[in-house]
Amino acid sequence: MKRIVVCVKPVPDPKEWHKLSLNPVTKTLVREGIASVINPLDRHALEAALALKDATGAEVVLVSMAPPGARTLLMEALAMGADRACLLSDRAFAGSDSLATARILAAGVRRIGPFDVVLCGNSTLDGSTAQVPSQVAEFLGIPNVMHVEFLECDPAGSLRLVQAIEHGKVHLEAEPPILLSVTKQVNKPRFCSFLELLKAEKKDIAVWTNADLALDGSQIGLAGSPTAMADLFVRQKRRSGTRVTGEPEIVVQALLNKLHQLGTI
Amino acid sequence: MIDPSVKKPVYWVFAEQRQGRLHDAGLELVGAAAAIAGQTSGSVTAVLLGQDVGGLAEDLVCHGADRVLAVDDPRLALYRLLPYASVLKRLCLREDPDAFLFGATSLGVELAPRVAAMLNTGLSAHCIDLKADEKGRLLQVVPGWGGGVLATIRCEKGRPSMATVMPGVFQKKRTEGRQGEVVTVPAGDDIDLAGPRILKIEMQEPKGIPLEGADVVVAGGWGIGNAEDWKLIEELADLLCGAVGATRPPVDEGWAAEDRMIGQSGRIVKPRVYIGVGISGTMHHVVGMDGSEYVIAVNKDEKAAIFETADLAVVGDFRKILPLLIREIRAKHARECRIKDEEGRRNNG
Ligand SMILES: Cc1cc2nc3c(=O)[nH]c(=O)nc-3n(C[C@H](O)[C@H](O)[C@H](O)COP(=O)(O)OP(=O)(O)OC[C@H]3O[C@@H](n4cnc5c(N)ncnc54)[C@H](O)[C@@H]3O)c2cc1C
Ligand SMILES: Nc1ncnc2c1ncn2[C@@H]1O[C@H](COP(=O)(O)O)[C@@H](O)[C@H]1O
Repeated sequence: MKRIVVCVKPVPDPKEWHKLSLNPVTKTLVREGIASVINPLDRHALEAALALKDATGAEVVLVSMAPPGARTLLMEALAMGADRACLLSDRAFAGSDSLATARILAAGVRRIGPFDVVLCGNSTLDGSTAQVPSQVAEFLGIPNVMHVEFLECDPAGSLRLVQAIEHGKVHLEAEPPILLSVTKQVNKPRFCSFLELLKAEKKDIAVWTNADLALDGSQIGLAGSPTAMADLFVRQKRRSGTRVTGEPEIVVQALLNKLHQLGTI
Repeated sequence: MIDPSVKKPVYWVFAEQRQGRLHDAGLELVGAAAAIAGQTSGSVTAVLLGQDVGGLAEDLVCHGADRVLAVDDPRLALYRLLPYASVLKRLCLREDPDAFLFGATSLGVELAPRVAAMLNTGLSAHCIDLKADEKGRLLQVVPGWGGGVLATIRCEKGRPSMATVMPGVFQKKRTEGRQGEVVTVPAGDDIDLAGPRILKIEMQEPKGIPLEGADVVVAGGWGIGNAEDWKLIEELADLLCGAVGATRPPVDEGWAAEDRMIGQSGRIVKPRVYIGVGISGTMHHVVGMDGSEYVIAVNKDEKAAIFETADLAVVGDFRKILPLLIREIRAKHARECRIKDEEGRRNNG
């Protein structure tokens, strides 16, 4: 294998989600002051790429569509062992839904050059659409498999995969080029040392704008996104029930009465 | 309300089947689409791919499809992404439906985005509600940011408007004798057979009463604390003939199997009775259970958010409450058994 591309996305740190609020006037989310992390499943995707690199000597290239500030997170991913990174960053990309995002990512991957495998996380924490991988693959014109929980490259260069489905597993054999998106069962991402972080500073992070990708303005950003948010609203709490508290005997009696009334005991 | 000059909307539903068995997701969705079609004078087409699947059409009609579009081909016997996607693409280009719905199953979430990209159209993910606007266009409600906020999504460019919908959001309902048309079309020569080869499919029988369709659900959270105490959840579920449910942490810890998770990334459940123990009530979880008919929550923190979603809020330590509750229910069962026994003896004697 010569080259593996890994799609990584910065997402707001889930530990700080309680700080998110909704601006009632503009109906936009207020996310100021919330730190970003690499989408957790993308670390598994990267680990899978690094395992393939260890086995075959392939180059591992990161690609991310994100604001310029994502450099620090890409540095962290480079420290885990990736060789270089391409940050796709342009104001024109803002407002992209999954289709437009996938189109931009696919253009980035194509510009990186020939590849054997593209690896993604199965879904992101924030958008969590799980749509981008299948769509990147479609735009690249290659097959894809989601929910990959095991992957291995045999000496002949074929891939053995296990895909998780409801109450079962599908064992597959695939040939590159292919796009795979992984679940957290696939591996345990490695940690990186401080030394590796220092070394990563020397690795290359190319920043590409749409001048480099040359996508039609009508195909990217808000203009290139078929879906639009018609409304955003806070979920209403639906119930405010009876409260019981006190000695276990009293509480249990209340529970028994209710369960009896409901006909469950 | 509906503008008569507008062409009647046609809603498509992907009728997922594996090994000749329809997935509930498709049956639920033909019903949901039929309800919307009822308001918009639209119609529902179920799209069924596979080999020898004609026999499944009747069930789709009885659940709400006006028409079943079946593609019967040995090359579609087992689901493979590219053959399925390429056939769906061709059907959409030929018939130009207004909307196309998929269950958010492992198959649906892989297939739907690929088809949407082929057609250059919009797809919203993991919807928890569907509506139609005054023109009969589909509106999709999706949870955002952990479900704390909900967004209504509309597809403004591209056709059809596509969505994956969480299984369990809608209830399937069979109406005997419902009439519908069944059309069988060939897969076509442009079917794309590329992609991985299937070596083997392993299925495991799910253990215990499944969450889907359960009348009673007993769910535990991180507050249960360890695998030993988790048995209390299983015991209570067993006594109430209910299904075991969980939040994410018990699944991560391995106390509960993956298919037990309720919420945004798990299942949507709407049992008659839901009992949640040691669950804080984050929106991620609540979106999966607040359609339940009656909600009982047990939590030692009187300020727990789950109480805002509960009909009966029990404040206390489950370690004191559950063992006693289980003992009392057992005692009650034993009493009832004795009474039945005695009655039986009296009747016989
Ligand atoms: C993208 C994303 C998707 C997610 N999807 C889901 C999902 O689908 N479903 C889901 O459930 N989670 C999901 N989560 C996780 C979710 O955010 C929460 O972490 C999770 O729901 C919390 O579970 P919990 O309520 O069991 O635990 P906690 O929030 O830790 O609450 C434990 C509760 O137990 C109570 N407790 C402790 N001890 C006792 C006792 N002795 N007696 C009584 N009560 C006690 C505490 O007071 C507390 O309220 C998701 C997270 C992310 C980031
Ligand atoms: N902006 C992005 N930049 C790089 N990769 C992305 C981006 N958005 C999504 N991905 C990839 O697609 C996967 C699924 O994302 P999503 O469809 O948004 O849930 C992620 O785990 C990433 O691997």
